[in-house]
Amino acid sequence: MSFPPEHEIFRRRFGRNLGLGLTLAAFVLLVFGLTVVKVTQVGHMLAAEKAATAAGKAP
Amino acid sequence: MTDTTTFKPATLPQAGEAGFGDYVALLKPRVMSLVVFTALVGLLVAPVPVHPFVGLAAILFIALGAGASGALNMWWDADIDAVMRRTAKRPVPSGRVAPGEALGLGLALSGIAVVMLWLAANAVAAGLLAFTIFFYAVVYSMWLKRSTPQNIVIGGAAGAFPPMIGWAVATGGVSLESLLMFALIFMWTPPHFWALALFMKEDYHKAGVPMLTVTHGRRATRVHVLVYTLLLVPVAVGIGFTQIGGPVYLAVSIALNAAFVVGAWRIWRRDEVQAEADSYAVEKRVFRFSLWYLFLLFGALLVERALQNFGLGGW
Repeated sequence: MSFPPEHEIFRRRFGRNLGLGLTLAAFVLLVFGLTVVKVTQVGHMLAAEKAATAAGKAP
Repeated sequence: MTDTTTFKPATLPQAGEAGFGDYVALLKPRVMSLVVFTALVGLLVAPVPVHPFVGLAAILFIALGAGASGALNMWWDADIDAVMRRTAKRPVPSGRVAPGEALGLGLALSGIAVVMLWLAANAVAAGLLAFTIFFYAVVYSMWLKRSTPQNIVIGGAAGAFPPMIGWAVATGGVSLESLLMFALIFMWTPPHFWALALFMKEDYHKAGVPMLTVTHGRRATRVHVLVYTLLLVPVAVGIGFTQIGGPVYLAVSIALNAAFVVGAWRIWRRDEVQAEADSYAVEKRVFRFSLWYLFLLFGALLVERALQNFGLGGW
């Protein structure tokens, strides 16, 4: 069964695909942002640990 | 456009051809907004600061988990929804989304939400979210809703978990304050829903849902609204004396609880003749007020937290 291109189903399908695409893009950005924050936090923790160790060893 | 008068097979939404909005509707966005707000308050009033981006991600995943449980509920309750006027136009009973799709979406989003919350925050928050989804979808929807008039009382726990999850995101644990926020929503749910049930009586009766109005009658429901509102008061006011409370919250909670008790008392003293005479005006007013009640109480907690940043607020 074929539909003319202007049929409502095509519009509905396009809206669904667009919505899903934008949702996935937002999810990727969210995971990327979380990764940056987590890595930065671990970096800060390691730096603080290193500084504390160095201060402890200092004469 | 109505579903019956403009029926045309060529333009009828087909299963599997739903629009994006239909899938969003499966996630119960209005319920989600309450979940987002209470979880956000739980997260912000916690004594441990959270990185803003982690907080944002955590709230989004809590909302996603709540939405997933909504989709599972719509899948399971499609038969009930179809006969209730309030819910007949939902995506599954109206045929826009196939039941299997709703189930698949609910399960997939549940998994994603729990795993991502674990990665973004911690295992306690993720565990609480998983339990919340299980409680709402299985304990409430599949078991209690159709078997006991106390469905709203016990099932209300599902809606009460979000501030606890928000608190756990920040602190990694559970405390008296988070338990009291849970108790506040838990005790608020019965009078809120029973006020609704009083003026939506035909819906629940037609669907065969054993709401208190159907099983024990309307007089008993009015008594229950008053009793549960009275039980709610010490919980709501008690939060004012904890670490997250303070004078502002205490003043707001005393005023709101007094108004809620007056509303419940007005519901209790009326009979059906009086209620039908004014189209359940008091019941509708108390129902609407109960929404503001919860919003303003949690808002007052936020105000206390904001004041603490300026050396004010708290005890």
